[in-house]
Amino acid sequence: MITPFEPGRGYRLNPAVALRPEPFGALAYHFGNRRLSFLKAPELVELVRGLGSHRCASDALAAVPDGRRDAYLRALASLAAADMIVPQQVEGEVA
Amino acid sequence: MTIARGQTAPAGPVPALVEQFKGGLAAPICLTWEWTYACNLSCTHCLSSSGRRDPGELTTEQMRSVIDELAAMQVFYVNVGGGEPTVRPDFWELLDYAVASGVGVKFSTNGLRLDAERARRLAATDYVDVQVSLDGASADVNDAVRGDGSYAMALRAMENLAEAGFANFKISVVMTRHNVPQLDDFAALADRFGAQLRITRLRPSGRGADVWPELHPTDAQQREIYSWLTDHGDQVLTGDSFFHLNALGGSPLPGLNLCGAGRVVCLIDPVGDVYACPFAIHDVFRAGTVRAPGGFARVWRSAPLFAELRTETSGGACLSCSEYSACQGGCMAAKFFTGLPLDGPDPECVKGHGVSALAAIGGAPPRMGTDHSHRGREVPLGMPSLRVPAKVRVPAKLCDSSPLAGTA
Repeated sequence: MITPFEPGRGYRLNPAVALRPEPFGALAYHFGNRRLSFLKAPELVELVRGLGSHRCASDALAAVPDGRRDAYLRALASLAAADMIVPQQVEGEVA
Repeated sequence: MTIARGQTAPAGPVPALVEQFKGGLAAPICLTWEWTYACNLSCTHCLSSSGRRDPGELTTEQMRSVIDELAAMQVFYVNVGGGEPTVRPDFWELLDYAVASGVGVKFSTNGLRLDAERARRLAATDYVDVQVSLDGASADVNDAVRGDGSYAMALRAMENLAEAGFANFKISVVMTRHNVPQLDDFAALADRFGAQLRITRLRPSGRGADVWPELHPTDAQQREIYSWLTDHGDQVLTGDSFFHLNALGGSPLPGLNLCGAGRVVCLIDPVGDVYACPFAIHDVFRAGTVRAPGGFARVWRSAPLFAELRTETSGGACLSCSEYSACQGGCMAAKFFTGLPLDGPDPECVKGHGVSALAAIGGAPPRMGTDHSHRGREVPLGMPSLRVPAKVRVPAKLCDSSPLAGTA
């Protein structure tokens, strides 16, 4: 079940997803649903790789230059919709 | 595979993805790998002129090392074909090895080996997809192209897959003059088996060159395919093969709309040669071999042919056409094997430029370099209800005999 993206929540790269570096950024492949997505900028790839070490997605986005933050927020939302990134399990929460 | 249509790109001065693809990727997205030239059938339009096994085909050991290499390059899945790949005695072993290595397999088959037991095992294997070839929604239309009994064989395989609970397997159809009227029937067939329909373009490659003039869709049928795809495109796969039809209307068909040869696509043939695309088995499009030092990765990254294909094409005679940005000049292989220049119009150009270009050609178009067709088999013309009596075949060489002797 894919829940809507909430920037206030912690996210991480889905363990079922592999990132393949490409000249433009990276190709994301979901081994579970066999979907392919494209991360169209190296900065976005860094953001996604490091997502799991932040308390919430908004924190991770804080390091992004102002002019690009909205675009990356939208990119994260679409990656969440495609199950490429998933919410962090909160302690005590049932999976 | 589904290319997610979601927007994952930041706004800003990032070029469109399709422009980035033109420069090539770190590894192919759509890698076709033909595991053998051997086939139990002799389809009239076979794009690889398959039939007999090639004595130089990669050994089990060599196949495994190519799989290792693909895994290291993060090629997440391969499209396995042939010939009929399942006639390789090590087929299932290699399939399991690829899957265990993280290289998913979608294999094309005429259904030969898909009995109930095998279908159950496939249904229980993650990361495998099956594509059953069928070129008619009725036995007469199908068997005229694929041979007597091939419709029944494919249907049996589909029944076995459906009964085993293999959801969403693919039914793959090459569109011909005789099966365009059956588009709705194919869709109904896919629904009946819980499968997904995939339709692709008939290419004049391999033996396809012999039947292309009689079998390729008429202009009216091309329009019919386009409008049918516009109505059903989100449920039907096309392997991106109809982008030349985009010149017909305002709404482009789903897909990259780009010749992916050497950029996102390539072919490894059964002997390990690497070609720019599955429809271009000819020396002109041979980029190298996986047997050479550096293997497949080196061919993909540094073959001069691929470097050339990754540069901007000139567009040639098509540049002055208002529709060039829609059709991108069409299919390289279709042009080549009909004798047309690569920077000229597609033979099925919807503006009619292909027809006039074809009329102006002097001399015979190039032929595929290798031919593994069964010798001495009559090839019908692909017309329904044409029955050719079976002949007694005497193998000219040991490897001419069917790999299925006694089992088919």
